[in-house]
Amino acid sequence: MPAPIRLRELIRTIRTARTQAEEREMIQKECAAIRSSFREEDNTYRCRNVAKLLYMHMLGYPAHFGQLECLKLIASQKFTDKRIGYLGAMLLLDERQDVHLLMTNCIKNDLNHSTQYVQGLALCTLGCMGSSEMCRDLAGEVEKLLKTSNSYLRKKAALCAVHVIRKVPELMEMFLPATKNLLSEKNHGVLHTSVVLLTEMCERSPDMLAHFRKNEKLVPQLVRILKNLIMSGYSPEHDVSGISDPFLQVRILRLLRILGKGDDDSSEAMNDILAQVATNTETSKNVGNAILYETVLTIMDIKSESGLRVLAINILGRFLLNNDKNIRYVALTSLLKTVQTDHNAVQRHRSTIVDCLKDLDVSIKRRAMELSFALVNGNNIRGMMKELLYFLDSCDPEFKADCASGVFLAAEKYAPSKRWHIDTIMRVLTTAGSYVRDDSVPNLIQLITNSVEMHAYTVQRLYKALLDDISQQPLVQVASWCIGEYGDLLVSGQCEEEEPIQVTEDEVLDVLEGLLVSNLSTPVTRGYALTAIMKLSTRFTSVNRIKKVVSIYGSSIDVELQQRAVEYNALFKKYDHMRPALLERMPIMEKTASNGPTEIVQTNGEAEPSVVEAKHPPPVTQPTNQANDLLDLLGGNDVVPVIQTTVPTKPASAGGELLDLLGDLSLSGGPAPAPATSVPSSQPAFLLDGLTSPPLFNDIAAAGIPPMTAYNKNGLKIDFTFERANPNPNIAVITIHASNSTEADMTDFVFQAAVPKTFQLQLLSPSSNVVPTLNQGTVTQVIRVLNPQKQQLRMRIKLTYTHKGSAVQDLAEVNNFPPQSWQ
Amino acid sequence: MMRFMLLFSRQGKLRLQKWFTSMSEREKKKIIRDMTTMVLARQPRSCNFMQWKDLKIVYKRYASLYFCLGVESQENELLALEIIHRYVELLDKYFGNVCELDIIFNFEKAYFILDEFLMGGEIQETSKQIVNRSIEASDMLQETLEEYMSKPAF
Repeated sequence: MPAPIRLRELIRTIRTARTQAEEREMIQKECAAIRSSFREEDNTYRCRNVAKLLYMHMLGYPAHFGQLECLKLIASQKFTDKRIGYLGAMLLLDERQDVHLLMTNCIKNDLNHSTQYVQGLALCTLGCMGSSEMCRDLAGEVEKLLKTSNSYLRKKAALCAVHVIRKVPELMEMFLPATKNLLSEKNHGVLHTSVVLLTEMCERSPDMLAHFRKNEKLVPQLVRILKNLIMSGYSPEHDVSGISDPFLQVRILRLLRILGKGDDDSSEAMNDILAQVATNTETSKNVGNAILYETVLTIMDIKSESGLRVLAINILGRFLLNNDKNIRYVALTSLLKTVQTDHNAVQRHRSTIVDCLKDLDVSIKRRAMELSFALVNGNNIRGMMKELLYFLDSCDPEFKADCASGVFLAAEKYAPSKRWHIDTIMRVLTTAGSYVRDDSVPNLIQLITNSVEMHAYTVQRLYKALLDDISQQPLVQVASWCIGEYGDLLVSGQCEEEEPIQVTEDEVLDVLEGLLVSNLSTPVTRGYALTAIMKLSTRFTSVNRIKKVVSIYGSSIDVELQQRAVEYNALFKKYDHMRPALLERMPIMEKTASNGPTEIVQTNGEAEPSVVEAKHPPPVTQPTNQANDLLDLLGGNDVVPVIQTTVPTKPASAGGELLDLLGDLSLSGGPAPAPATSVPSSQPAFLLDGLTSPPLFNDIAAAGIPPMTAYNKNGLKIDFTFERANPNPNIAVITIHASNSTEADMTDFVFQAAVPKTFQLQLLSPSSNVVPTLNQGTVTQVIRVLNPQKQQLRMRIKLTYTHKGSAVQDLAEVNNFPPQSWQ
Repeated sequence: MMRFMLLFSRQGKLRLQKWFTSMSEREKKKIIRDMTTMVLARQPRSCNFMQWKDLKIVYKRYASLYFCLGVESQENELLALEIIHRYVELLDKYFGNVCELDIIFNFEKAYFILDEFLMGGEIQETSKQIVNRSIEASDMLQETLEEYMSKPAF
């Protein structure tokens, strides 16, 4: 059997391969040779074969069949074998293979070997990849070696102990005695690894930490060592660019950090040395800056005196001006950590930080952006925003989304004026409109709604932006919503903040229709546009044009648009009397938590449909809350209507359909299905059990349940008649009959009702909104009440109507329900 | 602690892989792929630090080789650069003007040197001379099949 080829020979051969296939062929051939050699139990060349195997493993080829061979090599007496064997073990074996435990005995023997380099190999292997079982078995040996006077072995034993503690934390205690005089060593290797060991122990166990602070007086020892390092002259063995053993210095600083954190005495003991290191360290090379960096981190973490903290922040400030990118990066990262605690000190470097926004390096730009946002406050908002908006204009796409969100958040917190806020939003939408997050659209809409005096200005600016560019969907969506809502302000030229533009109704409708047909518009945007057009039917005079548009889209291929158009059409045709009420101005939305509409996002579980959903005010989703409010005797005068007969809810039901189309969303209890729509297209399922068509007019007195008068005031009388809905006995169907005994009609009559939390209420559409004079007719409306807990029915009602030219509003409680209606 | 050290060429060929924690082969392969992609994509004059998952990646290019160190978030990045530099110096001293070919043909030696410098993700010895002396002494112990020490052992 010829001797297997040498390692370097193999490497040379493989490198001549010109293709991947050629390489694979060579490797396979060699692997076969190696395998047969292994089978022959060849001791002489095992080492060579395993070495070759390790090379092939590095190229990415499987080498698991060499695992046992590594173990045989480790057990060999030859040092060469052991060296390769241990290397192979570290590369091919780990705790996931059962085979690895076979190593334990070999390692144990080698830990007691007469040659320190063999002991070293064993310690190294154990310290790199020893499993918990191995660590448990061999911890005693390691502990023994930790006490040896041989510094070569001692330093390795220390790091091995660190690994053992990481794997089996319970064993920490057994190493404690051995640490007693570790720090009195002169050898830097031992010193360094000892500091690492002590650090590991202190980090893992607060008891150990306390012990080392008090009993061992660790801080003074470390301070002494550090002082010697700084003060001692040139030591060729440990010198790096004029600094003596920077690795050890940094490690000591880190341990000092842990010891000083939260402890006044320790922190005080190290103040001097920290100041010394901070001022004396040479900063021309990376080494010095590495030490300064660690010093700064330590100063910021311990209870240092304020002078020292200012010194630290100034060092970071100097770092920011350094030519070296790495140092600037590190400074920005550290400042980000300290900006919460030392805000004012960091503020002083704000201009430098802002300059870093213009850096070419991507990592630096990101850090600078994060830090800039952290520094924004009420005083510097205008200046900072200017810089940040400029950054938003010119930055890479990967930053735009985060930057836009940051700008919105900062603007919300610190906006000096509403106008400035709206302007800022406009700027973001026009420059980074496509990168803005989905949930910003409803947030912005809410913000705009709440800035009542800015409506005219906002809609004007948005309109002008639309004329320029309709490609950025979030901008287009917000703009169409606003135009739909405030279109009347737009054409009437009421803007106070800037020069009002002359816009005709046709021009506005041109723009909106343009959105509908444009290829750039997403389906969601088209939905917004169509709804906006519809809303304008009550704000503009050119209703015919709107009617035409709406009817065209009744046959749109897009099912969402089609549904909307059909429903709007129905609104024109059959329910025209309700149209003004439905499409009236949105009430001010209340903010729940930080951003109300996003709650809708969460409950619906998907961003896209909720963009459609979320533009509707919380009342849509919290009918029972409003019911509670109305029943609150102390504060029942909310403007917010209870049940959505007057709030435009059509898109909500359309939103509901959209969710159904998508199919895989579960609608959680409250939101989407709940809205009671005035157009009886979609009804919440539970109220419809067994019924196919909802009864609109139900004058039939409920069998056995007597009618009652709920309200009788100022000539307006409202009677309730009852019926049980089949088959669900928990539902009471109440029909109200409103009659007017005065000599004038009551027009724009709207009836609203609220019930306690345990009930659910649904109001169907009224027969009309004019209660004719002198009892010539009645307005009827059906209420369905779900009463699963069979509690006593109570109701609060709100009536609004116009009588003899003046608006009348009244609230009343209805408590005299006959027991049969709810039992 | 350091989690891993990788050396790879400009073409993405792996020259050395040292793992300081236990990981499956699959995870290791994924990390190697991610690191080579990320590092090779960096602009020439960018800073040497990146964020990857919860680790800081410190990399430096020496001639045709990239040295890539994955460290935990509390580690000092500037010092990590020094660690890389120290390792290169050790290799340089041992091989005499080290180049990529030296590391390719003597990868096991590169590992031995690394194992005298680092252990378990921490620095073991801060003195260049001591590391070099240990390696030389270990080399002397190697039984060779040839008569002359200078010939490669295998």
